[in-house]
Parts: sequence; structure tokens; C-alpha cells
Amino acid sequence: MGTVFVDDKEVEVGPNQNLIQAAQLAGVEIPHYCWHPDLSVVASCRMCLVEVGERKPDGTESMIPKLVPACQTPAKPGTIVKTDTPKVKASQAQTLEFLLLNHPLDCSICDQAGECYLQDYTYKFGKASSRLDEPKVQRKDKYHIGDQIALFTDRCVMCTRCVRFTREISGTAELQVVSRGSVEEIDVFPDQPCNNKLAGNVVDLCPVGALCSKDFLYKKRVWWLKSQDSVCTGCSTGCSIEVDQNENRIYRLRPRPNPLAQGSFMCDEGRFGWKYVHSEDRLNSPRIGRASAIATSVAALSAVTGSSSGLGQDAMIGYNDLAYVDPWPDALSATRTMFRTAAASGRLMGIFSPMMTCEEAYLLARFLRGIDKQAVLALGPVPLIGEDDLYPKDHRGNPPERSKARFIIRNEKCPNRLGVTEVLRGFGSRLLDFSSVPELIANESISAAFVVGGYVGGWPDSVFVERLPEKLKLAVLDLLPSALTDRADVLLAGGSFAEREGTVINHAGLAQSLRTAMRPIGESRPDGRILYELNDRKGLFHARSVREEWSRELPRLAALADKPIPDQGLKLPLGEAMTGAVS
Amino acid sequence: MTETYQPVLLKRVGKPNSQSLAGYQADGGYQGLRKALAMSPTEVIDIVANSDLRGRGGAGFHCGSKWRFLPKNVQGPIYLCINGDESEPGTFNNRVLIEEDPHQVLEGIVIASYATGASTAYFYLRYEYGRCYRALDAAIQEMYAHNLLGKNILGSNFSLDIYLHRGAGAYICGEETGLIESLEGKRAWPRIKPPFPAVEGAFRRPTVVNNVETLACVTHILDRGVEWFKSMGVPKDPNNPRDVGSYGPKLYCVSGHVNKPGLFELPLGITARELIDGYAGGVWKGRKAKAVVPGGISMGFLSADELDTPLDFAGPGRAGCLGLGTAAVVVIDDQTCMVDVLYNLCRFFAHESCGQCTPCREGTAWSMKILQRIREGRGKLSDLETLEQISSSIGIIPGTTICGLADGAAWPIKNALKKFRPEFESYIREGRKTSMREVVGAH
Repeated sequence: MGTVFVDDKEVEVGPNQNLIQAAQLAGVEIPHYCWHPDLSVVASCRMCLVEVGERKPDGTESMIPKLVPACQTPAKPGTIVKTDTPKVKASQAQTLEFLLLNHPLDCSICDQAGECYLQDYTYKFGKASSRLDEPKVQRKDKYHIGDQIALFTDRCVMCTRCVRFTREISGTAELQVVSRGSVEEIDVFPDQPCNNKLAGNVVDLCPVGALCSKDFLYKKRVWWLKSQDSVCTGCSTGCSIEVDQNENRIYRLRPRPNPLAQGSFMCDEGRFGWKYVHSEDRLNSPRIGRASAIATSVAALSAVTGSSSGLGQDAMIGYNDLAYVDPWPDALSATRTMFRTAAASGRLMGIFSPMMTCEEAYLLARFLRGIDKQAVLALGPVPLIGEDDLYPKDHRGNPPERSKARFIIRNEKCPNRLGVTEVLRGFGSRLLDFSSVPELIANESISAAFVVGGYVGGWPDSVFVERLPEKLKLAVLDLLPSALTDRADVLLAGGSFAEREGTVINHAGLAQSLRTAMRPIGESRPDGRILYELNDRKGLFHARSVREEWSRELPRLAALADKPIPDQGLKLPLGEAMTGAVS
Repeated sequence: MTETYQPVLLKRVGKPNSQSLAGYQADGGYQGLRKALAMSPTEVIDIVANSDLRGRGGAGFHCGSKWRFLPKNVQGPIYLCINGDESEPGTFNNRVLIEEDPHQVLEGIVIASYATGASTAYFYLRYEYGRCYRALDAAIQEMYAHNLLGKNILGSNFSLDIYLHRGAGAYICGEETGLIESLEGKRAWPRIKPPFPAVEGAFRRPTVVNNVETLACVTHILDRGVEWFKSMGVPKDPNNPRDVGSYGPKLYCVSGHVNKPGLFELPLGITARELIDGYAGGVWKGRKAKAVVPGGISMGFLSADELDTPLDFAGPGRAGCLGLGTAAVVVIDDQTCMVDVLYNLCRFFAHESCGQCTPCREGTAWSMKILQRIREGRGKLSDLETLEQISSSIGIIPGTTICGLADGAAWPIKNALKKFRPEFESYIREGRKTSMREVVGAH
């Protein structure tokens, strides 16, 4: 739109950008606390003061004599920004000295240490010592400020990002500034803590260690954490996230700003919804034979394969005290044998979970159709809970119109209904309502079914399990135990979102990558690898090489086959995209 | 001229029935409004602009220009806000005007609303002014009863409603955008500009904010004419094209160590010495003035040898003060310790800083703490450099804050350290001079 001169570097800026953003384009960091791209501009921290002028068409320059907040100043063509003059540097150092006057020197016990803008800016722009000779103002910590958040009051720099978030994004307005001048504080009304479903975002927004997540508090120093870009699988909004992990344990999820997906935030349901990954109940090994049968008889093993194929006497495959035996080759071969045998006496069926990635769905479809060209492919239960939850709420708690929503927690509690549906459609499958599947199994004389779970609370539909015919051979790929996994003739222990890689497509047709953030739990394996090997393929499972082969079968997903999916995802013209705000 | 000056704004103060509509009309009230309604709004704005009336609230902004900043052909309502939050220490001119002669102010409000096209006027009144509130409330009811407010005022096409809004006891509510936020029911944190209130003010509508005394002047400019108004005061400086002069009468509030503190209406441009000696009965107890605050404590100090400074809009600035401010003159006698004076002022600003901008929030409190430490005998000479440095780095003049509160907090420090530095140094070296009175009281 026009040229802006940042410290004599020229950058082209678009419309509606401020000088902080213009400087970012030029690779220049203008320090700031109160400004956030998704919140209103208040220009109150005064950390982003710069010298500003104008370069006229005739080449002359005129500078404004006083300092100007970069956050509040629009990047108009011809604007000159100077971020490194002695005046600017002196002002930055002075503002930091002011901010640190009453800030406790407790970095050693502060959760934010290592990712704290007060630390970083002081190192880059501040001075080493303070001239303060008076006692610091001390204020009581407020653990009661929210169920998930704690306020360390005297670390606060009063940027009011959290206050603006609860007013502008969640609309719940729990947080506010009380008192005045240097003794003012962030607080809530008595007995009205900040417990809205987006409350966890104020912890990310807090540029210092004032607002901390109780869930993460004192669990891990942040410099030990490794971050992996990924996608939240909690609902079909598909928030871009970062999975922070250390030594194969997740410590927290954080939103990764992505204007194509959700914006800058995520909901608490997703943020704290990863605990099942480390559940004690996780299936950590494959199993051959139904759970009930194994307990009583080793003969179950031959029942599965239809013959005594010498799979060994010990049906409980797993660790052995004396010698490690990898349980997977046997489990995979049992699955293959089961389906090949069953294909002779009836149809095969696959029930695809909307928790699967597109690559996993593709591999499973290939496996089943490879044995039975007429295999029935159906979409499993799609968890719908309540209604879409739209923000910001008004002062009565009513949601906004969809077009005005700034954040939507969707009621479809799965990441990839759209993507799995596309894969099934690509394989020419009828799109069935899941409730008709039990009848279908009976009518179409299905002899074996492969069911994928992956639901956060385990397989959701126990009635479905009860209605399964006794003679149906069942393979289940899941991560948590349920009536379904007990019923499975072969149980394959799969991975959670953190252990898998692949593509999920959100409500609006945005394809994003799940990336492997940690190793599998126990003897479980990522679903992609299981299904890849089930197809008798050699080598390692790579999501990208799977996508490369599907362009003919899945023309509507062909765009994903050509090139790597960008960090922000790739918008697909699926035509089924929901209308409404992108959030 | 000053000897023969007959008060205009304060003419009716102290008269019986000075608050009532009957009394006001008997004294020729509402003639300015009748004249205004006979003209077009643009003509009224031209008259006020030609009078070069400058705002009496502190900043001295050219009133006609402020009205002209309103966008043309506005669809929807325009608002007038009357700033009656008068909270600058030492200032009480609005209070006297409202308590004693509310109709004079209200007439100015109706004229200003007519000129600017405002359909609603919000009178923001300092909470502590209970008598003002009752006087205004009664006067407004009388006006509604006599067709001076409401629909079709005096038979014209012009209609106006006035709402009386009581503040919540904060200095910052006197800042025009802080006032608007407070009026809207929010925390009185001054807004960032642009947009200016003329474009987006109260309830996101074009808004004019005027001081009470300014509007009282409007009444008389319409009634008596521009020539009368410009017959007094200090003319424009011909060498400074940006100077708009200091015309008209001004209410000077004199308080502190004088024999006859009070409110004096005089043409702009009287010197501090004339005001103190000629009207306020001189410094009390036969003492001399050590320092004089020219216009509310945020304006800084005149030293004893700067008392011949004329108190017009430009005079105090030439003596190193921030400006004329509210023309609230506070006299400090030579027995008073300037460290105590400055501590008291700093404590006020630390208490009143709204806490929005970092430099003001922290700078005002830190200055107070340093002065407190000096008063406790633990001062260092380097503290004075720190104070100077803090005071030069906070405010809208260096660009580090949103509003002018910090400039007002910084200026007394700057002036005191420049004009009374030896006293601060000897205080730090030798301790309190015991003969000096303790002036710090509760506020």
C-alpha cells in the first residue's frame, strides 16, 4: 500500500497496520507490553515510544519533536520511524526502570522466567541497576482470581491485556483494575472469579509472570520445554497450538496465533484437555483375542485366525522378563489374516473415526478395499455436545451473532469429520448415518469390521457394541479401553494427537498438520504407522508420502499432495465449509 | 483600568435571589440567549471565535476553534459536556459561579449548545460540590418550567436537554476524555487521541467539552458583544502568529498565606504582585512571599522576584511555569519549607495519577517517596538529579503519557528544583530548618 522507512530500511506495508507491525516487517523489534494485535489499542505502557516523522514526496523529512507510541500510530505511506535514537533508547530504559520499581526480583521462583518480556526487554533495552532507594510496594497474591489462574499481584505491569481480553473477546468482564496510581491492581469482584471458558488465555496474554496457570504452576521451567506446532483436536474449530513437552510428558498446550484458523486464542477445554494422553488407562500394547476370552482360554487365539497357525502359546503378548518380543508383527499379521479369512464369508466393513487424520483414513480404506473391493466404509460416531459456544458474550451472557463472533468453541468435538468424509467420498462410499450401521452389519452380511476409536473418553456408544453379532470378527484401533476394545478380536493400541502426524481439516476446510510431539506410550504405536504396516508396506510411515499417492483417488484433496502444508494450514475449496466467522 | 473594573461574571454574587430565575431575569438575564437564537448557529460561533475567548479550564484552548472542529453535516446527536469537575487544588471559581449565579452558566450552556448543534448537554459536576448540585438542579427545573430548556426553547426550533451528572471524586475526571469516560460509567482513564472528542467523544458521538467559566463568558460575549470582551486583557503578540491573546475578564482564586484570600474578577494580565498586594490584602503576618503558584499547583512556582509576571495566558510560561492554568494563585510565605510544599504536591499527584501510563503511575509515586525520604533526613544530593530526571521524562510534552496530568506533576518539581535548589541542598545537608512551619496537612 505504501512505503514506510524503519531505521532507514524501506518496507511495504498493508492497510490498517501500525508502526510496531511495520517495524516487524522490517525485522526491527519495537518493545511493547500493552499492545496486542487482537485487542484494542490503549497505548498505556509507553514501552513502544519511537521517533516519528514524514518523508514528503519532494524528499524532505520532518520529524515530530516528541516521542510517539508506535502502537497507536498508523503506518501511513512516507512515515519515518526511528527506533534506535538516543532519545528512544533513553525513554525505553526509563520506562523499564519505572516498571521494575515495584517489581519483585523473584525470577528464580517465577513461572514466567525464560519467556518473560520484562526479562527480555530489560536485557535488551534496560539498565542494570535501579535508583530506587525506597521499599517496594508489596501486594497480596490472588490465588482466588480463577479456578485455572492465579495472580501474582506485585509482578503485574498494568498492561491491562487481561482486562481487555475479558471485555472484548470473552465478553465476560470478570477482570478489572481497582484502586489508582501506583497501588492499583488487577482484581475480580468478590466471589466472581474469572472462570469463563476462555480464561486460560489471560495467562498467555500476560507479558510477565503476574497471571499464571495453576495447572502449569511450578511444574517445569520453561527452558526445558520443547515446543511442537500442532492442532487442537478438541473441536472442529481446529485451533493452531503448540504442544510443550519435556521427556515425553506434555506440560501445557498454548495457542499458536493463526488468522486462518482461530486467531490468537484457544479455549480452556482444549488447553487443559490433554490429560488423557497420560492416563493410566491408556492401551499400551496390542492384544489378540477378546478380553473375556483371553482370561479363560488360550484357545481364543486360534479362534481369531480360524486355525491354529502357531502364533505361540502365550496369547498375552507383551514384555517378557527374559527376552523382549515385539508384539506388533504378530498383531498385524493376525489382523491381516482375520480380514482375509473373513472376506471369503462376507463383506468387510470399516468404521472411520472423525478423530483420524486424512492419511490414516486413506490407509485404512486402502487396506480394506485391497482385500474386498466392495468393503463398506462408514463414518463413526461424530460427538456433538450442546451448541456452538460463541464469544464475546454480552453483559447478560448471551452470545453474539455468528458474524460478529470473535471466538467459537464448536459443538462438534472432533478435529476431522470433514477430512475423513472427503476420504470416504473419494473411495466412493455412501455417507451413512452411524445409527444405521448395526442394521447394515446384519443386512449386508458383514463378516469382519475394522473400527477406529480415538475418542477422548473412549468409544462413546456401548449400545452399538451390544448389537454387534457374536460371529462378527472385530479389529479395533483405539487408545482408551471401552466395551468396544474388550469385544475386539484384535486390539491395536494407537496414539493420541501428540504422538501422531497427519492432516486434519477443520469446519471451514482449513487443512492443518498434526505433528509428532512425543514418543508413543508403552508398546502403543501411532495410528499412521499401524495402518501403514497393515498395508504390508516397507519403510517408515510419512504423512507427506502418503498424501503424494492420493492425488488420483482423492482429487478434492489433491492440493495437499503437491507441496508441504504451510504452518498456517491450507484452505481447501471443499464446498461444505460452514458459513460464519473465521475464528 | 484595574482600579475601575466593575465585575461582570461576579456582578450578582452575594445579591439576594442571585440564584433564582426571577432575580436573574430582573438583572437582564437571558438577553444573550435571545440574541443568539435570533442568529444562525454559525454566526454565534463566529462571534465567539472573533472574541478570541480562550478556555478557562486550564489549557487555554481557543473556544471558537474548538467549536469549529466539529465535523460538518453530522447525522445524529452532538453532545456538549460541561466540565465542572473543578479539582485543581486552589481553584474555586466554578464553584462560586455555580453556587451564586447558576443561570449565568446555564445560559452560556444553552447558547453553546445552540451554536454547536448539541441536542443534549451533560453537566459533569464535582461530587463534593453539594451546594452547586442543589443550586443547579433548582435552576434547571426553573428553566424547564419557563421554556428555557426542553422543546422549542423560547419559541425557536432549538431544543435542548441538560443532564446533571455528579462525578466520583477524582482529579483525572477533569481531563476532558477522562470526564467523558467517567460520564459513560467507566473508569476515568483518559483516551488516546486521535480521535479527538470533537469527532468521537461522549458515547462515540461528536462532543464539545467546555469549562464552566468559559460558558459564563459566552453568555456575556453574546449579551455585551465582542468589543466589550476584547476591550480588556492582553492583546495578541504581533511577533508570534500563533498567539491568540488573552482577552476578557478572569476569575482569580487567591489562597494560601494572604490576609484576604478570595475570588477576584479582573481583566486578564494583572501581575501576581498587584493581585496579592492590591486585592488579597498582601502576605499575611507581615511576611514576604517566598513562592507563588500562578494557576493551580500543576503550573509550578513563581519565585519572589518573579511576582511582576502578568497572569495572562502567556505570562507564567515566560517565567518558566507551565501556564496560567486555572488562575488559582496560592501564596507561600517565606517561613514555609519548600521541601514540605513539594512533598505535599507530589503526594497529591501520586494519589491522583489514574495509573494508566507507566511513566506517570510510577514517576509520581517515586517522586513522592524520594521527597518523603528527604524529609525523614535520609536524602542524598543525587536524589535531586533523580527527581529532575523523572520530572523531565513524564508528561505529554516529552510524549510519554496520554494526558497532561504528568506534566502538571512534573512542573512543580522542575520549578522548585530550579528556583529553590539551594534550599533543597541545605535541607539534605543540614536537615530541617526548625523555624519553618510544617505545612503538610491531610488532603
